[in-house]
Amino acid sequence: MTLFGTLRKVARSLLVVLLVTFMVVALLSLAPGSVATIILGPAATPESEAALVRELGLDRPVWTQYFDWLGNALQGDLGTSLLTDLPVTEMIWDRLPVTLELALLAQVIALGISVPLAIAAAARPGSLVDRFTSAIASASLSIPAFVAAPILVYFLALQLDLFPVSGWNDISEGLGPNLESALLPAIAIALPEIAAFQRLLRTDLVSTLREDYIAAARAKGMSPRFVMLRHALRPSSFSLITLLAISTGRLLGGTVIVETLFSLPGLGSLVVNSITSRDVIVVQGVVAFIAVIYVALNTAVDVGYGLLDPRVRKEARA
Amino acid sequence: MTQIDILDQTGGALAESVPSEPVVPVVRQRRSFSVGLSYLWLGLVVALAALVPLLPVSDFDIAAGDPRLSPGFGPFDLLLGTDNFGRSILSRILYGGRVSLVIGLVAGVLAFVIGTFLGLLAGYFGRWVDAVITYVTDALLAFPPLILLLSISAVTKPSLFTLCVGLTILVIPSFVRLSRANTIAWRSREFVRAARNMGATSPRIMRREILPNVLPTVASYLPLVIASLIVAEGSLSFLGLGIPAPTPSWGGMISEGKDSLSDSPHLTLIPALVVFLTVFALNQIGDSLRARFDRTAAD
Repeated sequence: MTLFGTLRKVARSLLVVLLVTFMVVALLSLAPGSVATIILGPAATPESEAALVRELGLDRPVWTQYFDWLGNALQGDLGTSLLTDLPVTEMIWDRLPVTLELALLAQVIALGISVPLAIAAAARPGSLVDRFTSAIASASLSIPAFVAAPILVYFLALQLDLFPVSGWNDISEGLGPNLESALLPAIAIALPEIAAFQRLLRTDLVSTLREDYIAAARAKGMSPRFVMLRHALRPSSFSLITLLAISTGRLLGGTVIVETLFSLPGLGSLVVNSITSRDVIVVQGVVAFIAVIYVALNTAVDVGYGLLDPRVRKEARA
Repeated sequence: MTQIDILDQTGGALAESVPSEPVVPVVRQRRSFSVGLSYLWLGLVVALAALVPLLPVSDFDIAAGDPRLSPGFGPFDLLLGTDNFGRSILSRILYGGRVSLVIGLVAGVLAFVIGTFLGLLAGYFGRWVDAVITYVTDALLAFPPLILLLSISAVTKPSLFTLCVGLTILVIPSFVRLSRANTIAWRSREFVRAARNMGATSPRIMRREILPNVLPTVASYLPLVIASLIVAEGSLSFLGLGIPAPTPSWGGMISEGKDSLSDSPHLTLIPALVVFLTVFALNQIGDSLRARFDRTAAD
C-alpha cells in the first residue's frame, strides 16, 4: 500500500472520529431541557432545571460545546461524574481491564474451537462433519447473548456446578479464581463468534484448497495434514484476522449484557449503571471512548491488511 | 447461413447431435426442510400474536393462577405455566411478541425505505452527495450497536416511539451500504445509458431503471435485519431500558426469570427458546432469500 493511500485512510477515520464525537455531544444538546429533567428526576422545578442547564453549559451553541468538549478530551479530561465527582477518565481506566480481559478471553475460546472445526469441515466439504458443524454454526449465530447467558448459567453453573453464578474475582486474587469467574461470561460472549469464525475460515479454506499449488503439493505426496496446515491455512486466514480485529473492537462495547447479568465491573455495566442513575456525563464519556477505540481498530486493520497479505499490496500498487 | 450449416456436410447426421436447446441444466430449486419449518413457526407466532385478544388467555397483567406454575397440559391459558406473580406466561409471550414483532417490522421497513433511498442517491450521483452520505453512515457504524441504543435511551424516556426511532437509525447504514453498492453496479449498464440518451431525467432513471433492479437484492436482507432488530430490542428490554412495565417483552421476561433460575427455570427457558426460534427462523428465511436474490452473496 502506498504511503498516500495509508494517509488518506487515516485522515478519513479522523473525520469519522470527529463526526462520532460530535454526535455524542450533540445528543445531549438536542434536548437540554429533558436532560436536566432526567438528571433531576421528579424533584425538578423550572428554576432548578434552568440552573442545571446553565451549569452543564447546555445553553450554549452546539459548536462551542463541542469544541470545549473536544479540547478537554484531547487533554484526557472527559468531565466529572455528576454523581460521584470522580473524573470520567479515571472511571474508564478502572473498568477497562475487566472488559478487555473478557473480550480477549472470549476471542481465544472462539479461535480455539472454531479453527479446528473449520479445518475438519473444509477437509471434506459436504461430508457429515461439514453439514453438522454448519448446522450448529447457523443455530448458534441465532443465540443472542441475553438468551445464551442465562441458559449457560442454568446448565453449567446451577446444574453441573462448574462455575460461580455471578461476581468477579480480580486478577490480584490469583489467576485461578480470576479465570473461574471470567470463563463462563467469556463462553457466553464467544458463542456467536465461534460460529462466525468457523463459517468464514471454512469458506476461505475450501476455496484455497481448489488452487493449483495445493494440487501440486498433493501430487508431490505430501500428507493431507501437512498440506492443510502448512499450505492452506495461512493464505486462508486473512479474512479471519480482519474479522477478529473488528469483532474485538465490537466486543469492547458488546459485553454489556453479559457484564450486567454476571454483575462484572466492566465498561458495559458502567454505561448501564450510569444510564439508570442518570449520570449523562459518564455515559457521554464512555460512549465516545468506545466509539473512538472502535474506529481506531478498524483503521489499523485496514492499514495492516496490506502488511499481512502481499497480494493486497501488489493490487494496490498496480 | 449459420456456422452449423457450414459444418454440416454429413447429410444431416451431425444436425441430430447438435442440440437445438441450450444445454445449461435447469437449476432445480431445492426446498429446504428447515426453511419450510421456519415459515411455519413465524406464521404461527405472527398469527397468535395478532389474534391474542381473541384467544382464551387472561390479560398479561393479572394473575391467572398460582405463582410459578410449571408448564403442563391443562387449561390453554396455563399451558406454559405462570410467572412470579401468577401471570400467564403464554399470554405474556404473545403480548411481548407483539411488541418485538411490531418494533422489528416498523423499524426494519422504515430503515429499508430510508436507507434504500439514501443509498440510491449516493450511488447514482456520486461526488459530494456520496461523500456526505458515506461519512455519516461510517460514523453511525462506528458506534457499537448496543452502545448507540443505550446513549439514545440515556437522553429519552423509552417508549414504542423512541425505540422505533432509535432502532431505525441503528440499521439505516446497512441498507444505505447495500443499496449504494448495488446502484453503482447498475448505474453504468447499457439500458441506463440508453434511457439517459433518450432524454430521461435523473429521478426517472433512478425510479424506473435502477430501483427495480436494486430492490429485490436489498429487500432480501430485510428478514436478517428484522432478526437483528428483535435481538436489539430484546437486549434493551433485558437491561430494563426497553418498553416500560407492565407491558411484557421477551427480553424483560428473561431478565425477570433469571433470579429464580435455580427453582423455576421455565420462567427463563421458555422466553429464551421463543426468542431463539424466532431469530433462527428469520435468519433461515433471510439466508434462503439472499441466496435467491443477491447475486453477490458468495455462500
